[in-house]
Amino acid sequence: MVISNKPLRFILVALVACLPLISFANPEEGSVKVKTEAAHEVTEEAHAEPTDVKSKIKEFINHHLLDAHDFTLSVNEETGEHYGFSLPIILWDNGLQVFSSSKFHHGEKTAEHNGNYYVLHHEKIYKTEADGTLTEGEHGHPTNATPLDLSITKSVVGILGIAVLMFLLFAGLAKSYGKNNGIASGAGRFFEPIVLYIRDEIAIPNIGEKGYKKYMSYLLTIFFFIFFLNILGLTPLGFNVTGNIAITASLALLTYLITTFSANKSYWGHIFWMPGVPTPMKFILAPIELLGTIIKPFSLMIRLYANILAGHVVLMSIIGLMFIFKSWIGSTLSFGLAFALSILEILVAFLQAYIFTMLSALYFGAGNEEHHHEESH
Amino acid sequence: MDKLINDFSFGLFIWQIVIFVGLIFLLKKFAWKPILDAVNEREEGIKNALLSAENARKEMQNLQADNQRILQEARLERDNMLKDAREMKEKMVADAKNEAQAQGLKMIEQAKAAIESEKNAAMAELKLQVSTLSLSIAEKILKDELSNKEAQTKLVEKMLGDVKIN
Repeated sequence: MVISNKPLRFILVALVACLPLISFANPEEGSVKVKTEAAHEVTEEAHAEPTDVKSKIKEFINHHLLDAHDFTLSVNEETGEHYGFSLPIILWDNGLQVFSSSKFHHGEKTAEHNGNYYVLHHEKIYKTEADGTLTEGEHGHPTNATPLDLSITKSVVGILGIAVLMFLLFAGLAKSYGKNNGIASGAGRFFEPIVLYIRDEIAIPNIGEKGYKKYMSYLLTIFFFIFFLNILGLTPLGFNVTGNIAITASLALLTYLITTFSANKSYWGHIFWMPGVPTPMKFILAPIELLGTIIKPFSLMIRLYANILAGHVVLMSIIGLMFIFKSWIGSTLSFGLAFALSILEILVAFLQAYIFTMLSALYFGAGNEEHHHEESH
Repeated sequence: MDKLINDFSFGLFIWQIVIFVGLIFLLKKFAWKPILDAVNEREEGIKNALLSAENARKEMQNLQADNQRILQEARLERDNMLKDAREMKEKMVADAKNEAQAQGLKMIEQAKAAIESEKNAAMAELKLQVSTLSLSIAEKILKDELSNKEAQTKLVEKMLGDVKIN
């Protein structure tokens, strides 16, 4: 894939242009003698409540990166009013406990249900006594009991939404073939080349002409699932699904399970008894190879998680810079930077989906490889 | 790392697995299988169409070559036939000429022979006529000569005179 270096160059230029502004924001009074009007404003703003805006942004970003138990689009800070809607909370705590997330009042109150008291702390539900106090543990995390939280969180809503969207889109595409004499029509027409690309450029070269068919459903589903969720993460709705380690872990686990259970004899032969090396080496290689099978999906998990998470953090930090600068130069520049980065993030959204699918296909291919040199029949 | 483990939401993990696996099977049945089948079918169709077009083109070429060959053969045959006809004509003309010549010669020969025989016959007739005529003349003369004694004596004398000379 050829990545145009134009946006990169633009980002570099914008960064360099921003540098003096950033230094104005944290000025050393003595060194800077001549200041523009805009810089004055910046410094004044920064001096007036320097930690407040920054820490608020930091808190907002941290909050965004976590899953949420209610769907909040925006918050009015002065009145404390949240615009959005509540989501159902489903807990397994001596039986199924179902109630609305509005009981938590966005984490501000202790929720009471069926005589149990729960507290929402950093988007994690803890069981407490009636007064709702959390006992701090040694790592700063509460040591209270955590019931199994099967709530329909914001991420679950995102997953369900994308699942429905994918189903409608691709079932529609499948149906359009019958109606239109084997030629796609409608929105599916845009996705048909991508489906073909995954088949011809990812599945067949990596798995082989013979066995690729049984993996196609998984590869296609995972590609579009990650791609759509990545794109959803770039919308202002504030989803961060593929940047959540639970999501990437489950995807990587599925890749690992499929590789493990569909692998042939020669794959296991190469792991436990590597052919073509001296016998003592075989004993050394076996645990390394076995560890390798786990490291591969683990790297899948971390790669997707870290890429999307980093994209969100950087993008939100740059958007946050706008509110720190509050000057027409700095805010415009950081807006331009955020815009360029968003475009880059769209590329990353596609690229990460591609890489995840590609590597999954590669692992399936390794599990299905035929080694002719050691086959006796 | 500790924060990461603490933030790991087991509920989300379960939801994701359930929804995703469900999605795979649903899409497999309602989307991927029909899509891939339709695409495969279409590709096969295109491949077959191309192949049959190529075959048709080859067949056309063969047909054209055949036509060319047949035309060539026909032309050759025609040429041969023309040549044969010409030869035959020449031969016939020559034969006729020879025949006519021979016939003519023969007819001339016959005519000559006929003329000869007619001539001979005429000559014979003429001779007969002449001899009869001369006989009758001689008879008449003799009759005339021998009609009186004087004349007879004169003749005898004359003849005797002739004999004396000899």
